[in-house]
Amino acid sequence: MRNPFEGPKLFSPSFVDALRAYAPELLELKTAGGTVPEVPHGTTVAALRFADGVAMGGDRRATEGMNIAQRDIEKVFPADDFSAVAIAGAAGPAIEMVRLFQTELEHYEKIEGFPLSLEGKANKLGQMVRGNLPLAMQGLVVVPLFCGYDTRRQAGRIFRYDVTGGRWEDADFHATGSGGRDARGSLKKRWRPDIDGDTAVEVLVEALYDAADEDAATGGPDLVRGIFPVVATVTAQGYRRVPDDELRKAAERLVAARAQEAS
Amino acid sequence: MSVPFYVPPEQLTKEKAEFARKGIARGRPLIVLEYDGGILFVAENPSTHLHKVAELYDRIAFCAVGRFSEFENLRQAGVRLADIRGYAYGREDVTSRSIANAYSQTLGQIFVQEFKPYEVELCVAEVGTDGAPNAMYHVVFDGNVFDRKGWLAMGGQSDELNTGLQRGYDEDMELDAALQLAVRVLREAPAGEAGNSRLEVAVLERDRPRRSFRRLTQEDVESRAGEPAS
Repeated sequence: MRNPFEGPKLFSPSFVDALRAYAPELLELKTAGGTVPEVPHGTTVAALRFADGVAMGGDRRATEGMNIAQRDIEKVFPADDFSAVAIAGAAGPAIEMVRLFQTELEHYEKIEGFPLSLEGKANKLGQMVRGNLPLAMQGLVVVPLFCGYDTRRQAGRIFRYDVTGGRWEDADFHATGSGGRDARGSLKKRWRPDIDGDTAVEVLVEALYDAADEDAATGGPDLVRGIFPVVATVTAQGYRRVPDDELRKAAERLVAARAQEAS
Repeated sequence: MSVPFYVPPEQLTKEKAEFARKGIARGRPLIVLEYDGGILFVAENPSTHLHKVAELYDRIAFCAVGRFSEFENLRQAGVRLADIRGYAYGREDVTSRSIANAYSQTLGQIFVQEFKPYEVELCVAEVGTDGAPNAMYHVVFDGNVFDRKGWLAMGGQSDELNTGLQRGYDEDMELDAALQLAVRVLREAPAGEAGNSRLEVAVLERDRPRRSFRRLTQEDVESRAGEPAS
């Protein structure tokens, strides 16, 4: 690591630029030939807009080939006070990307004295996904989902990405990962533009349940061990993680309703 | 090649120090004060956007007096150092001691090697958690570091301000009392540059999770200090 007090002059508020200038070894992406061995993969994450902002959720399963690598992995993180990021794909590089992204947002805020715009945050994340392309070509794909409360527009917004860093905004909802398609189908049926926060959480829990119903790599709510999806909301009041007991109630209601339908 | 005139190092150091001291004394003052729930920063600052007090890391803040361009440069380098450390290791591995040390090294080197020393004085403060005490490192223009306890005034009329703070300081002060003390001491200082300037006020709050730095709004300052702050 070089000394930021002596090293090359830097006129960028970006943390990635600071790393490149003073500690490039922390950014280095060395790719070797051959195939990548099995590593844990995170699966389904989803986000939707509601009246006051956005809600985002992810199941808790990580898979390694045909095995369950972890039952309680977390895939939804606060990016800063007014945004959240969820990851699907190779868990190792994905979680590292989230850490870098969180530091990037905080760093910009401290250097400049005010936070990036939501648009700016979304673009920055796209650049990071693009930076991961060499690893993606080897099978270590990372596809995040980003959402936040746009304090200028006073509305929640959702952004999705592809492996090349391509960035698209979704007006209402989106889900990605192995069970993303099934979750989207479920969201499509239940999403309405003016639902409130509690309903949004319920809709998300149901979408993840439906994904787990169809996709082997997605975990449903585990009532035995008390493991529930991670769900967070972002509104004008900021990031809030929905507590487990609220999620337990939502999951129990859902399971009961499904059991009644089946009988 | 021309041979420069010989100037004895004593004289050179003395003159540089005098120059730096004069520059710093011309600036508006800043007060750092420990209170029961954290650390308070009060600076006379007419600008609402060019800050003299800023966040460095979760529990650590930076404040400075003197030339803005010089301390802003130091502040940004400090943020980079802290964020790179925290990213390379862990968040709890970023300490005010190592940042203060980096400032001391840098200012010391500039003082000895450069033609013009920096006209800045700064403080790196860290609010302690889990019963650990606060830390306040006062770094001056020649790289000297002083470990302060309780209170510290820097910039113009710092001697008078320090005396006033010493007289009024009490270890278990609440935030409002600390702010009132700081404002009173600033207002009582013989008017030079220290007049009725706008106050920039920020705190490091011990009980605030993770990022403990917070700026106080002008209205908040006025209601707590019990008098108009501008």
